Amino acid sequence: MADIALAHADARRTAPLPGAVDRRIEKSAPLTRFVLRLPEESLTAAGAALGLDFTAPINRAVTSGDRTALRLGPDEWLVLAPATDAAIPGGLAAGLAGRLFSLVDVSHRQTGIRLAGPHAAAMINAVCPLDLGLAAFPVGMATRTIFAKADIVLWRTSPASFHLEIWRSFAPYVAALLHEIGREYPD
Amino acid sequence: MLLIPCPYCGERPEIEFSYGGEAHVVRAPANATDAEWTAFLYQRSNARGSYAERWRHAHGCGRFFNARRNTVTDFFEQTYKIGEVPA
Ligand SMILES: [Zn+2]
Repeated sequence: MADIALAHADARRTAPLPGAVDRRIEKSAPLTRFVLRLPEESLTAAGAALGLDFTAPINRAVTSGDRTALRLGPDEWLVLAPATDAAIPGGLAAGLAGRLFSLVDVSHRQTGIRLAGPHAAAMINAVCPLDLGLAAFPVGMATRTIFAKADIVLWRTSPASFHLEIWRSFAPYVAALLHEIGREYPD
Repeated sequence: MLLIPCPYCGERPEIEFSYGGEAHVVRAPANATDAEWTAFLYQRSNARGSYAERWRHAHGCGRFFNARRNTVTDFFEQTYKIGEVPA
């Protein structure tokens, strides 16, 4: 589905420059995605079940192996894993038996874009109001925010690269806008 | 841009937030009179100066919180989580 959305975005770009596709902007590998809601008293049990540290502070990413959890709210996480990882619901159900939690599969609701390069932060800041300086938004920080008219999840994966999670129907808009902004920041 | 201190996320840009009206409005009881319902639904103190308001960090942590904002200067005097007593 991500392929369709981004292919559509490519097709919609008007009057592309010679050289066409901006290699700094690429689709992420297919992911499985869950929205996880947990009460405070279940953080360690859930962490043990999935191998992730859910006690990390809000707006932080924790990664273990192929799995990542982005703490988007005080009791809300976005869990990302390769599309082949089918063990999350079962593992959590076993580890949290008898406890309250909510797990919603949103794999097909969103699509991922990876943006890399020395101008990555500036390209996002063209239409995003967050302070993306390394002191204010260090590597490993992740939050929902706003990208022009779209609501996105922004995760800094290295000083010069970001992962964006976008609701599927907004992906053509975000990708097209990033390509347009990229023209201001030659590689 | 105006920065609003979210009690969960810290200072964040104003456009990530949405406004939720006056805070601490107590719901009228089920057996309220029409006049009491009208007051609960429609009448607000609309203070000039320090005003208790609900805000939601809609494009952030997604949580509602309370704030005390000066409606003359637009200065946020304090923000606090739902259920907390303001300092
Ligand atoms: Zn917040």
